[in-house]
Amino acid sequence: MDNSMKKRWISLYVENQVGVLSKISGLFSAKSYNLDSLTVGTTEDPTISRMTIATVSDDETFEQIKKQLNRMIEVIKVIDFTDIFVRMKEILYVKVFHCTPAAKVEVFQIAETFKAKVIDYGRDSVLVEFVQTATKNDAVVKLMKEEFKSIEVVRGGSVGIESISMMER
Amino acid sequence: MRKITGNKLLVRALKEEGVDTIFGYPGACTIDISDELYKQDDIRVILPRHEQALVHEADAYARTTGKAGVCLVTSGPGATNLVTGLATANYDSVPLVCFTGQVAKNLIGNDAFQEVDIVGITRSITKYGVTVRNREDLGRIIKEAFYIARTGRPGPVLIDLPKDVMGELGSPDYPDTVNIRGYKPNTSVHMGQLKRALKMLKKAKKPLFLAGGGVNIARANKIFTEVVNKTNVPVVTTIMGRGAVPTNHPLFIGNLGMHGQYAANMAVEECDLLFSIGTRFNDRITGKLHAFAPNAQIVHIDIDTASISRNIHVHVPIVADALEAVTKMNEYVESCETDEWLARIRAWKEEHPLTMKNYTHMTPMDIIEEMNRQFDDAIIATDVGQHQMFVTQYAEITEKKQLVTSGGLGTMGYGFPAAIGAKLGNPDKTVIAISGDGGMQMNIQEFATAVLEELPLILCVFNNEYLGMVRQWQKLFYGKRYGMTNMRSGAMYRRTNGEQMPEYTPDFVRLAESYGAKGIRVTKKEEIAAAFESAKAETKVPTLIEFIIDPEDLVYPMIQPGGTLEDMIMDC
Repeated sequence: MDNSMKKRWISLYVENQVGVLSKISGLFSAKSYNLDSLTVGTTEDPTISRMTIATVSDDETFEQIKKQLNRMIEVIKVIDFTDIFVRMKEILYVKVFHCTPAAKVEVFQIAETFKAKVIDYGRDSVLVEFVQTATKNDAVVKLMKEEFKSIEVVRGGSVGIESISMMER
Repeated sequence: MRKITGNKLLVRALKEEGVDTIFGYPGACTIDISDELYKQDDIRVILPRHEQALVHEADAYARTTGKAGVCLVTSGPGATNLVTGLATANYDSVPLVCFTGQVAKNLIGNDAFQEVDIVGITRSITKYGVTVRNREDLGRIIKEAFYIARTGRPGPVLIDLPKDVMGELGSPDYPDTVNIRGYKPNTSVHMGQLKRALKMLKKAKKPLFLAGGGVNIARANKIFTEVVNKTNVPVVTTIMGRGAVPTNHPLFIGNLGMHGQYAANMAVEECDLLFSIGTRFNDRITGKLHAFAPNAQIVHIDIDTASISRNIHVHVPIVADALEAVTKMNEYVESCETDEWLARIRAWKEEHPLTMKNYTHMTPMDIIEEMNRQFDDAIIATDVGQHQMFVTQYAEITEKKQLVTSGGLGTMGYGFPAAIGAKLGNPDKTVIAISGDGGMQMNIQEFATAVLEELPLILCVFNNEYLGMVRQWQKLFYGKRYGMTNMRSGAMYRRTNGEQMPEYTPDFVRLAESYGAKGIRVTKKEEIAAAFESAKAETKVPTLIEFIIDPEDLVYPMIQPGGTLEDMIMDC
């Protein structure tokens, strides 16, 4: 057993019904499990939604989380993403305000380096869209905070799917 | 096809599910259902005096009949009054199907009169809960509710019924099959794991069975007793597991845990194999976790995967229904060499027997032992507190007896309504409730229900004028500062600095009489037998027997919360 706290990922198939999201998030708060990120959307079958959940926990707690999710009537399937190859990305928007011309150049350079897109542009502000792993987004947010005085950040939370080939992230 | 209203379909569904009794309290949002129930005779409708008591009655009805208990209450306060009872049932794995009224769909979310989000409120204390939003889903949802409540690890299910949906016309059909893609309860046993566990059992020098409530819920007691007989392995139980083997069985040691027998706790400490079935290793039985069964390999059979390896590390996990598992065990078990081990356990029993015989006044033990003598075919319901622990220590639970108690949630006010529910489900059995003076007053209004339903219950109130279990902690760990536990304290007590107190309120005997029930007060040992005899003679009215108990009588032994065996208090 590994007792260290690590970030772990779960993918859930759930019934697309009223109250299911609340039930899943309620489980995390009721049992004091960490809930780092949760995304949800419908699948190719409109009666089924799929969630991608990130949690920071030790092995024992993580086992409990999976069991508790599994016993919920509305949960159809629990997939542990920890040890399988998955494709996983998160969308991140960063708006930079009060840019000097030099600062704008820097935003563009950062965007280019991270293969991000500048999607909107004003007199003294720039909006950049990043689609990459959450870890990389963490790095971007840290960097942008250091470089610029005034920024606005919104993140979507990760969505993940199992790889077809043996590729990761 | 003739269309019918949702209200009509509900009543039809109840009949198809074999429901013979429902516990209901009416209101504006369920009046149409009351009307449909009025028009038929197959289902008996019980009208308790409070929804909390109502759900406890349905709960005990379910525990003692094996059927699902069915509740029908109105929206808003009717629904919120279920909360404690739902949590009680959820914790003790009791199958309930609770229907709550709801305001019409177009009013939901408007803070309408008597509107609450009861599905949201009860989400973490039910096995499943759902609002019926479309009339065409009603039949399927009811069918699924009964299935979910009864199967796997049983539990309460709540169905919220908006008034307009119930009034809508729709299909009269009630489905006869269920298919829930996210819910497939386990029905088999992993034989490889089980055989591995049995091999360990055979090899162990000091094997011990630990039976929890799961054995009783699965009604596996008989076969489990056969397994115990064949193996010659001693048994300890949790309080919910009491009766898994008859308590007079020579291999039964006692309950383990906070107020468990010395010998039972010592056996857990020393055993080298703890073979546990249907328990979740609650903190009240384990005490400090790292000191629990420190020398043992642990086998754990449970229907609920989430109960396994949660509180303690398990070496051989087996996910299975207790009856399935025990039946398979019965085919394969062999006799174990346990004579030496049994002798050691006997020595512990002799060293610290469980007894209150050293007191000269009337003790809870005297009362419970007289009850053991006089009744061999009975259901015993308890409330929560000292009296409950005394019952779990001294009450004999043999084949024809059953203990009904709120073991998990520890709900005061459970005992009296539980006795009513048990008697309604088992009219031929003697039903005895044992409560404290505190818990008895939490649902005292149910005297009306018991009297009107002509239930000859025997209601024992252990009156020590205090909230005794809390007082016990205050006496042992809080320097005898009896804050908030004195049932006679009030204005007079404060005015006179505790010098004077009024007489005890209520006068339980006169209170019983005011409802048309019988009341007897017992203050001396010599009066116990006659009081029970007199209660037994009643066939139509409940008898309340108030036993005047010394508040200084504490429940021993006791392991401090979160403590270990070294902290066990044997006596003051």
